[in-house]
Amino acid sequence: MNFTSLPVLSASFWAVTAMIAAVVLSSTAGEVLTAAAMKSIGDLDEIRAHSGLKGAIVAVLTSPLFFAGVFFMAVAFFALLFTLNHMNLGLAGPATASLTVVTNAIAAKLFLKENVDRRRWTAAVLICIGVYFLAH
Amino acid sequence: MAHQKLSLYQSMILILVSVCAPLGNACLAKGMTSLPELSLAHPFSLFAAVFTPWVGLGIALLIGFFASYLTALSWADLSYVMLATAWGNVVVELLSHFCLHEQVSFQRWLGVALITLGVAFVAPGPSRTVRPALSDSAPLETLVEKGAPQ
Repeated sequence: MNFTSLPVLSASFWAVTAMIAAVVLSSTAGEVLTAAAMKSIGDLDEIRAHSGLKGAIVAVLTSPLFFAGVFFMAVAFFALLFTLNHMNLGLAGPATASLTVVTNAIAAKLFLKENVDRRRWTAAVLICIGVYFLAH
Repeated sequence: MAHQKLSLYQSMILILVSVCAPLGNACLAKGMTSLPELSLAHPFSLFAAVFTPWVGLGIALLIGFFASYLTALSWADLSYVMLATAWGNVVVELLSHFCLHEQVSFQRWLGVALITLGVAFVAPGPSRTVRPALSDSAPLETLVEKGAPQ
């Protein structure tokens, strides 16, 4: 199966969409959980200055949120491996990376309570158009 | 702790985040495309792919990415760190064009430009996490809840 050409609304198109969605959603879950973990832990540079590298590693490895994030990142990694086996990097790389930026912004607003203002939503539209050009 | 200006060390961490991820992905792509086509009927063949040289190098680079990414997330906001990751899109296109010899059309270059422009809108905004420091002005109850020494 080769998805280098993607006629819209074909089976290949939906297969590519499903593969990219799997990578993006699992990656977003992993990154938001990891960001929440790192926010709760605090500045790693300061921890390392006070407790050394071992203290920083212990601080990270004792966070349950971190392991939840790693789990979803591992899911995203194997989903990416599978995707790269079926389509080229020039499409899979930017599509997953840029969509992850948008879903991260949404998830950051919903779950991390970050300030996502009008400028960020404008950026999300620009990124979606960019992804359309990449996949077209 | 709020950081008004990134130090050289922090900038280097963000450069590592942006460079290691696309380089790792490029190595993964080179390794995976050289393998026979995988099927969902044999999911464990994915684990065997991990031990091939290019996939192994890709994993090493992605470990470097992850370490620098965790460090960046500890002093910067998630959306701010995304800037560095998204800048890697340009690196991906250059790598896929010059190293993997994939054809990158004008439309895809335009897509990369729009994505980069979009991310440029996100990045300069209020993306840093500002955690109010425990000070004398903080209510006593807040300090007690946070476990601060009294």
